[in-house]
Formats: sequence, C-alpha cells, structure tokens
Amino acid sequence: MNFKNFKFDLSNKNKNLIPQVLTVLFILLLIIYFTINAQNNMGNRGISFGFGFLSQESSFDITFSLIDYDGSHSYARAFLVGLLNTILVSVIGIFFATILGVTVGISRLSQNYLIAKTAEWYVEIFRNIPLILQIFFWYFAALRALPLTIDSINFYDISFLNVKGWYVPKFLWTNFSLFLYSIIFSIIAIIFFLRYAKQQRDEFGKQFPTFYISVAILFVLPTLTFLIGGVSLTFEIPELTQLSKTVYVYKGGVSIIPELIALALALSMYTATFIAENVRAGILGVSKGQKEAAASIGLTKGQILKLVVMPQALRIIIPPTTNQYLNLTKNSSLAAAIAYPDIVLVFAGTALMQTGRAIEIISITMLTYLSLSLSISVFMNWYNKKMAIKEK
Amino acid sequence: MIKSIKTWILIGFASILLVACGQGGGSGSKKSKTLENTKKAGFVKCGVSQGLPGFSNADASGNWTGIDVDVCRAVAAAVLGDADKVKYTPLSAKERFTALTSGEIDVLARNTTWTLSRDADIGLTFVGVNFYDGQGFMVRKNSGINSVNDFKNGISACTNTGTTTELNMRDFFNSKNIQYEPIAFEKADEVVQAYDAGRCDTYTTDKSGLAAQRTKMSNPDEHKVLPETISKEPLGPVVRQGDSVWEDIVRWSLNTMIEAEEYGVNSSNASSLKDSENPAIKRLVGSEGELGAAFGLDNEWSLRIIEQVGNYGESYKKHIADTGILPNRGPNQLWTKGGILYVPPAR
Repeated sequence: MNFKNFKFDLSNKNKNLIPQVLTVLFILLLIIYFTINAQNNMGNRGISFGFGFLSQESSFDITFSLIDYDGSHSYARAFLVGLLNTILVSVIGIFFATILGVTVGISRLSQNYLIAKTAEWYVEIFRNIPLILQIFFWYFAALRALPLTIDSINFYDISFLNVKGWYVPKFLWTNFSLFLYSIIFSIIAIIFFLRYAKQQRDEFGKQFPTFYISVAILFVLPTLTFLIGGVSLTFEIPELTQLSKTVYVYKGGVSIIPELIALALALSMYTATFIAENVRAGILGVSKGQKEAAASIGLTKGQILKLVVMPQALRIIIPPTTNQYLNLTKNSSLAAAIAYPDIVLVFAGTALMQTGRAIEIISITMLTYLSLSLSISVFMNWYNKKMAIKEK
Repeated sequence: MIKSIKTWILIGFASILLVACGQGGGSGSKKSKTLENTKKAGFVKCGVSQGLPGFSNADASGNWTGIDVDVCRAVAAAVLGDADKVKYTPLSAKERFTALTSGEIDVLARNTTWTLSRDADIGLTFVGVNFYDGQGFMVRKNSGINSVNDFKNGISACTNTGTTTELNMRDFFNSKNIQYEPIAFEKADEVVQAYDAGRCDTYTTDKSGLAAQRTKMSNPDEHKVLPETISKEPLGPVVRQGDSVWEDIVRWSLNTMIEAEEYGVNSSNASSLKDSENPAIKRLVGSEGELGAAFGLDNEWSLRIIEQVGNYGESYKKHIADTGILPNRGPNQLWTKGGILYVPPAR
C-alpha cells in the first residue's frame, strides 16, 4: 500500500464498516467485562476457576457406557461416556424418527382413508403432547407393564425382556477385522459398480438391476469370509441367575437398559411427527404437472416417485428436517429425568455436583452441544447442496 | 422438562448473578452485608429441598415444615423477630450450592452432608449439624435379603444423582468387591417410582430419607430398611464463605435450639424462666448478659427462637418422631442422654 496516496475516505464502504467494527468491539468488551467480573467475584467467594478437575478421579459409577469406565477413571472420561451416550441416543432417535416420519408422511397422502386418517391422528396426538410427559409415559408405563426378571418375556430362549432391560445375545467374533474389511471392500465395489451402471445408462441407455446386484455384492463377499476366511461367530446367550430368594438377574449377553429404550422411543415418536409433516409438505410441493409429464413418457409409478417427485421434494424436505434432527439431539438432554446417563446427567449433573465447578462444567456442556449441533448442520447443508437444483 | 429447564435457568441465572452482583460479601469487618440485606428485605432467603418429609416439605397450601425449615425459622425469629418471615426456595441437589454462592439464598438448610471438599473447596461454610444421619439400603421384604452381606454380583441399586450417596455406594460395593448396576435419578420422586416398579433391587440414600420415602411407596409394608449404616452423614445448614457475622448468627440460632433443650427451656415455659436461678437459662432467655450484641442483634433474639420455633427436642418430636419417620432419636439425642448432640455453651 502506498501511504502517500492513502487518505481516510468516508466512501460508502467505510461508512458501512465502522458501525460493524464498533458493534464487534462493544460485544468483545462486554464479554471481557463479564469474564473479569466473574473471576473477581469467584475470587472473593473463595471459588477457584480452572479445568484441572477434569483429570481428577471421578469416583462415581455409571450404569451404561460404550467405553470402559468405572469410578477410578477421570472426570474427562466420565464426560466422554456421557457424550457418547448422548450421541448414541441421538443417532438411534434420528434413524427411527426418519423412517417413521417418512412412512407416516407418505401415508398421510394415501388414497386409503384408514391409513391416511391413522397417520393424521398419530401426528396430531404425538406432536401436541410435551416431550417430557411422553418420556415419563414410555418409561413408567413400560416399567409398570413389563414383568419382573423371573417372569421375563422370552424370545426363543435367546433374548429376554423384563423390567430391568432387554437382554440380547452378545456376538463373539473371531477374525472380526477380516469381516469388517470385506464389508468396506463391498461398499467400495458397489460405488464403482453404480458409477459404471450410470455411465452405461447415460451413454448406451442400458439399464441394470442395480439394487439387486448391490445387495448381492454386499452379501456374497462377507459370506465368503465365513466360508474360507476363517471368520466365525458365536453367541453368548444371557443366563438367568438367582441373587437371593426373589431377586434374579440375567448375566452375560448385552443388556439394553429400559431408560435407553424409553428415551429413544419417545424422541423418535415425537420428532417423527414433525418429519412426517415436512415430507407431506415436500411431496405436495411438487406440482401435479410433473407427475403427469413423467407418466406420459412411460415411467412406472416407482420411477416417478424416485426420479421425478423425490429429487424435487427433498429440496423442500431437507432444511426443516435438519432443524428436527437438531431438536432431537438437544431434546435428548431430557434424559436426566429418567436416569439415562447422558452428558447432562453424568457431567452437568453428578460431576458438577461433586466438583462444584458450575461455570466450567456448564460452559463445556454448552460448547459440546453447540459442536454436536453444528456438525449435524454442516452435514445436512452439504447434503442439501448436493440435492439442490444444478443449473446448467 | 419442567425440572430440567428449571435447573438450567437457575444455573444460568446463578452464573449471571455471580457475575453481576458486584463486590459482595466483604470480609473481616463487624458489619454483615447479608444481615443488612436481610433486614432491608424483611425476610430470610432460605434454600430447602423439593420435598422430604420431616426435613423440609410443603403442605397443600404451601406451608413449609420440617427440622431444616425450623433452622430457617429460627434465623428469621432471631434477626427479624418473626419466624414466619422466610422465603423458601426449593432446590435440587445439583442447584443448591450454586444458589447459595450466587446469593440467591442466604441459608441452605437442605439435608446437606458436611464434607471436607464442600466445606473447603467451593466457597461454602458449614455451621453445624442438625441431624446425624447415615446411608442405608431399602429392599423388598420378600427378597430374602436381610443384611448388606446378602448382596451379590449383578444387584441393581437406585439412588439420587448429585449426592454423596452416589459416591458412598461405590465405595461400599467396591470394598465388598460386588459388581452392581447404579441407576441415578435427578429427583427423589422418580427414584421411588422406579424402585417401586421393580427397576432396581435396592434403594439407597440416607436412612432418614429411606424412612420418609417408604411412606410414599404403593405398599410401604412390603419394604424394609437394612440394619447396616454404610456412611457418616452429618446434615447441617450451610452459609456462604466470607460473611463471618452471618455465619455466627446461623450457627448460634441452631445451637440455641439444642442448648434450650439441654436446659429444659421450651416454647411454652421460656418467658416464665426469665427469673430463673440458673444463669445459663437466664442467658438463653435474654435476662442476663449481652450476647446478641456480638452479632448486632438485640438481647431477646434467643428467647424469640425458643418461643416461636421451640427447642430442638420439640422440633424433632413434631417433625420426625410424631410423623413416624424415625421415632427413636438414636444419635440425635442430647449428649446428656446418650446421644451425640453437644453444642458449645452460649456465654
């Protein structure tokens, strides 16, 4: 930059810039003021600030954990357990909410009166009852309805459902990594095949039964690893054990705790109603002429839905559905009410209480939810962009 | 949702308050900011539980009763002259300390266990013990479990989150080398519901709490509390660190109630004992000495506590014994009668 020629000119650009810079400065000062003030006040009250507590021994246990954990691990590890549990219930919730939502959304447009009305009633009932009540309902209703351990509902002697949870067989693998590689390899093969099929269709108009071939690849390769790769799988079946006169418990296998089931059920039933409405809006948003035009060039009903209606409907469906995914993730924080050990119960609950570090822990928890939500947003925006109209 | 949101709002508020309320709680000087503010506001800001019969429990019309509530009432009687001038804030285990350190409440009387880390680490001061408790276990009578030695690997235990019970439970099961399934709820009501439904085999918390919650079960007679006590739980009122005058007022309000029982002074005979032969009694009812001046109170502060709230024995009988929670006073008996209640002399 040549300083001799530089003069401070109040052109339009700078006029717009100055208030913006001042606003940012003001907000920064405000944050700094509050931070310093908080530090002073905490100092006056003999409260220290710092994140050193994260490496201290947590000395409390957690019911349900995806990673190895007990009270001799650190608070940081407890945080991780809570975070993973939050992610787990969110992923399960999003998965079922999407399937249920799409099904119900399409059903609402069905010609069949019974199906359409059932879907409508489902949506109207479940989206109008507060979520926390639904969580309590599923949890306590399920607890009251399920039998005690000794009278468990028995699924073919391999799986058992009772008030303490759902016990399923545990998979014991040998050479599991080989099996995993075969699946990854199958997926890569399918991607290449789909590209090839698309190219063939675009250039020569040749149609492949892509779906069946993909499924075949996905099955054949992993099966081969069993037959010749030395992969084997055995099951550890839960066994009923007596602890005292009337106290029984299933040992071995995998136990899915009722808190997880109730929470995932409530979250997906609730969120599915909103997704269903998005789907309905999306499909109705595609003009009738599109469908008629597609039919007139001889596409089948399935092809019309897949090739003409859905690509256009998805553009309407995705943005509001992203909101629902975010809501579901944030709503999972209600877990604390029914003892599902998510990040709020474990970290912003027990850990906060044991250490007394409210400001640190709440900040960490808020940042965690923020990052989780932003990750979902980023992914959904990417997907939305992919689905958007590509102007040629 | 209600509960959870409330917690968040409270914590948020508390943080803001902590940030915004300037240079509070000065130290060392004879003047007590908390006392001044309390007199100005006209009521004592007191944190209590969300409903624990015998300790702090609201009836249908919103009147709070219990031995923890009586500590608040005693402070109000001493400072403001009227035991009813208390504003109660029900708090969860998780909210309680933040509410106190941020200044939303000035006394925390919420069956809180006195531990080293709480006392030393997070800006709190425990002023005494108004109930000596210990953690125990409740089981179903037909379970065949008659002592903690009957617990075996795989037992599931329900409790409250954010309390010392969670930690004691781990220490206990680890020391016995028993694998257990801990299920921790945020609110006591849900713990009771889940245990009652059979979600867990045992329910563990302070023994007084077990006795009180048993009355809420669908069939109280089906349950029993095991004889063993696995921890020491001295429960007592807490104040913020840094206001030593206020700390003394709360401490000696509690001590007065216990000392009054020791000398046989109660709500009905207190005023007639002004001319007693015993100087200790005369000091208690304010006809000798200038004890109140030390905290900036008048001389009848202790008389008002005894008249309006009663002595510790009256409080215990009314809230804990007569309600059937723990008819036997156990360690919460005066040291002269075989218990461990022993307070420094008021002189």
